[in-house]
Amino acid sequence: MTSIVEAAPYTVEEVVERFDPVMGLEVHVELNTATKMFCGCRNEFGAEPNTNVCPVCLGLPGSLPRVNARAVESAVLIGLALNCSVRERSGFARKNYFYPDMPKNFQISQYEDPIVFDGYLDVPLDDGTTWRVDIERAHMEEDTGKSLHMGGATGRIHGADYSLLDYNRAGVPLIEIVTRPIEGAGVRAPEVARAYVSALRDVIKGLGVSDVRMDQGSMRCDANVSLKPKGTAEFGTRTETKNVNSLRSVERAVRYEMGRHAGVLLSGGTITQETRHFDEQSGTTSAGRPKETFADYRFFPEPDLVPIEPSDDWVEQLRAGLPERPWERRARIQTDWGLSDEELRDLVNADALDLVADTVDAGAPPESARSWWVAYLAQEANTSGVALTELAITPEQVARVITLVSEGTLTNKLARQVVDGVLAGEGSPDDVVAGRGLAVVSDDSALTAAVDEALAAQPDVVQKIRDGKTKAAGAIVGAVMKATRGQADAARVQSLVLERVAAGS
Amino acid sequence: MSSPDAELTRLDAAEIARRVQAREVSSVDVTRAHLARIDAVDGAEGGGLGAFLHVAAEQALATAAEIDAEIAAGTVRGPLAGVPVAIKDNMATRDMPTTCASRILEGWRPPYDATAVRRLREAGLVPLGKTNLDEFAMGGSNENSAYGIVRNPWDPSRVPGGSSGGSAAATAAGETPLAIGSDTGGSIRQPGAFTGTVGCKPTYGTVSRYGLVAFSSSLDQIGPFGRTVLDAAMLHEVIGGHDPCDQTSIDAPLPPVVEAALAGARGDLTGVRVGVVTELSGEGYQTGVLSAFTDAVRVLTDLGAEVVEVSCPSFTSAMPAYYIIAPSEASSNLARFDAMRYGLRVGDDGSHSTDEVMSLTREAGFGPEVKRRIMIGTHALSAGSYDALYGKALKARTLVVRDFAAAFEQCDVLVSPTVPTTAFPIGDRVDDPVAMYLADLCTIPANLAGTAGLSVPCGRAPEDGMPVGLQVMTPALADDRAYRVAAAYETARDSAAGAPFASTIPDPADLDGRAPLRSVSTLQGAS
Ligand SMILES: [Zn+2]
Repeated sequence: MTSIVEAAPYTVEEVVERFDPVMGLEVHVELNTATKMFCGCRNEFGAEPNTNVCPVCLGLPGSLPRVNARAVESAVLIGLALNCSVRERSGFARKNYFYPDMPKNFQISQYEDPIVFDGYLDVPLDDGTTWRVDIERAHMEEDTGKSLHMGGATGRIHGADYSLLDYNRAGVPLIEIVTRPIEGAGVRAPEVARAYVSALRDVIKGLGVSDVRMDQGSMRCDANVSLKPKGTAEFGTRTETKNVNSLRSVERAVRYEMGRHAGVLLSGGTITQETRHFDEQSGTTSAGRPKETFADYRFFPEPDLVPIEPSDDWVEQLRAGLPERPWERRARIQTDWGLSDEELRDLVNADALDLVADTVDAGAPPESARSWWVAYLAQEANTSGVALTELAITPEQVARVITLVSEGTLTNKLARQVVDGVLAGEGSPDDVVAGRGLAVVSDDSALTAAVDEALAAQPDVVQKIRDGKTKAAGAIVGAVMKATRGQADAARVQSLVLERVAAGS
Repeated sequence: MSSPDAELTRLDAAEIARRVQAREVSSVDVTRAHLARIDAVDGAEGGGLGAFLHVAAEQALATAAEIDAEIAAGTVRGPLAGVPVAIKDNMATRDMPTTCASRILEGWRPPYDATAVRRLREAGLVPLGKTNLDEFAMGGSNENSAYGIVRNPWDPSRVPGGSSGGSAAATAAGETPLAIGSDTGGSIRQPGAFTGTVGCKPTYGTVSRYGLVAFSSSLDQIGPFGRTVLDAAMLHEVIGGHDPCDQTSIDAPLPPVVEAALAGARGDLTGVRVGVVTELSGEGYQTGVLSAFTDAVRVLTDLGAEVVEVSCPSFTSAMPAYYIIAPSEASSNLARFDAMRYGLRVGDDGSHSTDEVMSLTREAGFGPEVKRRIMIGTHALSAGSYDALYGKALKARTLVVRDFAAAFEQCDVLVSPTVPTTAFPIGDRVDDPVAMYLADLCTIPANLAGTAGLSVPCGRAPEDGMPVGLQVMTPALADDRAYRVAAAYETARDSAAGAPFASTIPDPADLDGRAPLRSVSTLQGAS
C-alpha cells in the first residue's frame, strides 16, 4: 500500500482565518417498519444471513416491488418534523449501477420528485443558541445487501479471496435526508455538523420511525465539505466523507477535512472531488473511489411503481399527531414539573427523562413517576447491570403500579413486590397482583368474615367496645391484620369492627 | 391425424372443456393426445417445429388426473378446467425451468409461480410445458432464441413471428389448444397473425405482470392465444384481473370478454363504429395483406358496422419511440443477470475479479439482439443523451396516447392489418434489424398507449398462401369490443368459407421428407 503524504492539517481556527467552510450533510435513516420497503420480508437487524429474503428483495426475474405504506407514512412524518412541504405527486426512479450487494443492479430511489422537500431544522447548539439548517429534500429508497470480503489485508473488495453476500438488508426502507449547503458556521462548522445530526437523531427517535442507532448503521451520515476563500462567492471543490458512524466522528471528520483542504489549498494544490473514508481510530480520512464521482446513474422513472399521492387530509392528520421536538419537550417538562436545572440534568443523565415523561403521559403524577425511575428502578438496573431503558418494565406498567397504590389496592411495600414480579417476567402488574395474591384485601365480605371471627374469639374485647372503650378495637384490628397477612386496609378494618359490634348488640 | 387422439388436438378449447366437464372424455386423454402431438411434430425426431423448450409430460398427466378426479367428485374449478395450455418461457413456473430462451438463465428454476400461471392452475388448466421465444422477448421472428428457431406450421421454411413464436406455433399446430404469451410491441398479435391464430394484448394493467420476466415494464402485457376468438376470451378471463403483487395492475373489473365473444358470434355489428387507421396501410404493405384486410373491412360493413377512415399522425413516430423506450427499460431490467445469484456464471476460476465475472457472464450469456438493445438503452438513458432520446421518446408516446383518444372519440374500435407482411422466410431479415423491427409497425401504438389490441385471422395472402391478421384495437378497459368485433368477423368468415379457418392449417406431421430442422440435443439443452 502506498499512501500520499498530504500537507499537515491546519486547526479549524487557522482554517477560518482564510476560508469559509461549506458543508452538506446527507443522512440515511433505516426505518423500523415491520417489513421491507417493497416486499413482505421482515425488517430486522442481526438475523441469520439470507433468512429475511424473498423473490422481490432478491430481485429474482419476474418479481415486482410493492410500496410499504408504513414507510411512506414514516417519510411524510420525518418531512413534517423537518418543516418540509409534502409533494402532491411523487414518484420512484431507478438509480442504475452494478454492485454485487444490489440484487437488481439498480436501486429504487426517488430522483426529481422526492416525497418531501424544502424544510429546515432549528438545531440547539451547546451554548443554548440555535442554528437553522435548511433541508433540501428527504426521499425514500431501498437499502442494499451487505458484502463481507474474506481474506486479503484490507477487508475491502480489492485483494479479498472471496466475498460473502447477505441480502437481509436488501430492500430495507431508507430515508435519505439532504441539507442545503450550510454556510457561515465558521469555526463552529464541526460543532454544527454534530449538533445537526444529533438533533435529527432526537427528532426521528421522537417520531418512533427508526432506531437511529449510528453504531448499528440504522443512521448513517455522509459529510460533504468544501472551503471557499474568504470574500469569494463560488464554492470550492468538495469531498464526501463516508463511514462516519458516531456523533463524535461527524465533528472530527468535518474538522479533519477542513484542515486537510486548507493544507492542500494553501500549499498551492487542488482538491480532488472524491469520496473519502473516515478512520475512527486515527480521526483521519483517506481517498475512496474517485470513479464514483463520475458515475452516471442513468436515473429514469421506475415503471413498476405508480406515483404516490398523499391526500391533504392524511398529511394534516399526521401533522396534528406530531410529537414535540425533544428539546422543546425537555423545556416544557422542566416547567410543568417544577424541576431545577440540576434535577432535569440528573434525569437526562440517568436516561430517565423519556421514561418518566412516558410514565406521566400514562397517567402517573410526575413526582411518583420520577421517584420510581430514579430511585427504585435505577437501583434495580444498576444491580442487574442493564441500562435503565432496557429494564423489562414499561412506563405504562410503572404508571399502573402507581395507580394501584393511589387506589389503595397496593401498599408501597406490595408495589415494590409487584414491580419485582414484572421485572421477573411474571406479566403485567395486574397479572403479578393476581398471581402472587398481593392485593390489599378490600373485599368486604371476606374482611367481615375475618372481623367476625376475631370478635368471636375475643368476647371480652367486644364487651369493652360496647362499653364505649373504642380504643380496645385495636386488638381486634391487629388480629384481623394478622389473619389477612397484612393485606387489609387497617382503617377499613377499624370501621368494620365498630360496625359489627354495633350491629351485633 | 386419423386416430381418435389426434382428433382431440383439433378441437377448440371450449369444446374440450365441455367434453371433459361432461365426462365424455377425460382430461388425461386430452392431455395425452396433445403430448403425443408434441412428440410427433415438435422436434423429438429432430425435424419439428421447435415450439416447446420444456415439456412437462408427467406433471401434466398428474394435473389432468387430479382435475378428472375433481370433476368425477362434482367439482369444476372453472370453465376451462381440464384443458391443456402452454406457457411462454418468460413466465416464472415453480415446477419447470424458466429460461427466457437465454443462455444466461439456463437451468434456472424459479421458487415461485407468476400470477398468470398461478391463475391457470387455480382454474384447473393443465400446463403442458414452456414455449420458445425470442431471447427475453426481444424479436419478431423467434430467430433470437438461444435454443433454436421455431418453424411456422403453415410453411416450415418461414418464421412463426415473435417474440411469442413458440406459443403461437404450438397453438396453430394443435400441440396445445391454448397458450399464453407476452406482448411488448406486438409479440402476441404479430405471431398470431403469422400463424393464423387469435392473439390478444389486453389493456395494460389488466393481466398481472408478476412473474413475467420483464423486458420493458411499461409496455409488457401477458395475453392469450387460441384458435378461436371465444377460446382466447375464455383464457383471457382466467389470467386477467387485479393483482396486488403488481402495482401497475388496475383495480377494476376485467372487461366481459367472454360475454362479448358470445354476443359477437351472433354476427351483428349494427351501430359499431369502426375506424380504419390511414397511417397503417399503403406503401410497404404486402399486396395480399392489403387485399385480405380490405375484404375483412368489407365483411365488417356487411355485418352492420359503420366504417370510417381516421388519421393518427403520431403512429408514424411510434416505432422510433418504442425502440428507445423498450431498450431503455430493458437495459435496466436485464442488469440483474450478473452471475451473482442465479443462472450462468463464467470466469469464476479464482483469476477474475467480481466485475470481470459479471462482464464475462453477460458477454457469454446474452445473444446479439439482447446486447444491441442493452447498449441502445444504456446510451439513451445516459446523461448526455437522455433528453434527446429517452425524453423525446416519452413525448412521442404522449402524442400516440392523444391520437388514440381523439380517434376513439369518433370510433368504438380501430382496425388495421396486424402486420404489414405475412410470415417471412427464416433467415431473411436476421442481418437487417430495421427490416425486422418493421414487423411491429402496426402493433406498437397500442403498447405505447396501454390500450388493447387483438389479432384475428382474416384469410391468406394469394401470393404466398400465408395467413393474414386483422388487428382490432380498443380504448383501455374496452377489450370486450375487440372480442365482439373479432367474433362477429370470425363467424362471417367461417360461414363464407364453409369451414373453420383453423381447420385449414396444414399438418406439419404430414410434411415428411424434410431434412432434420432442429437437433434433439438443442431441445434437451433447454430443459
Ligand atoms: Zn423480500
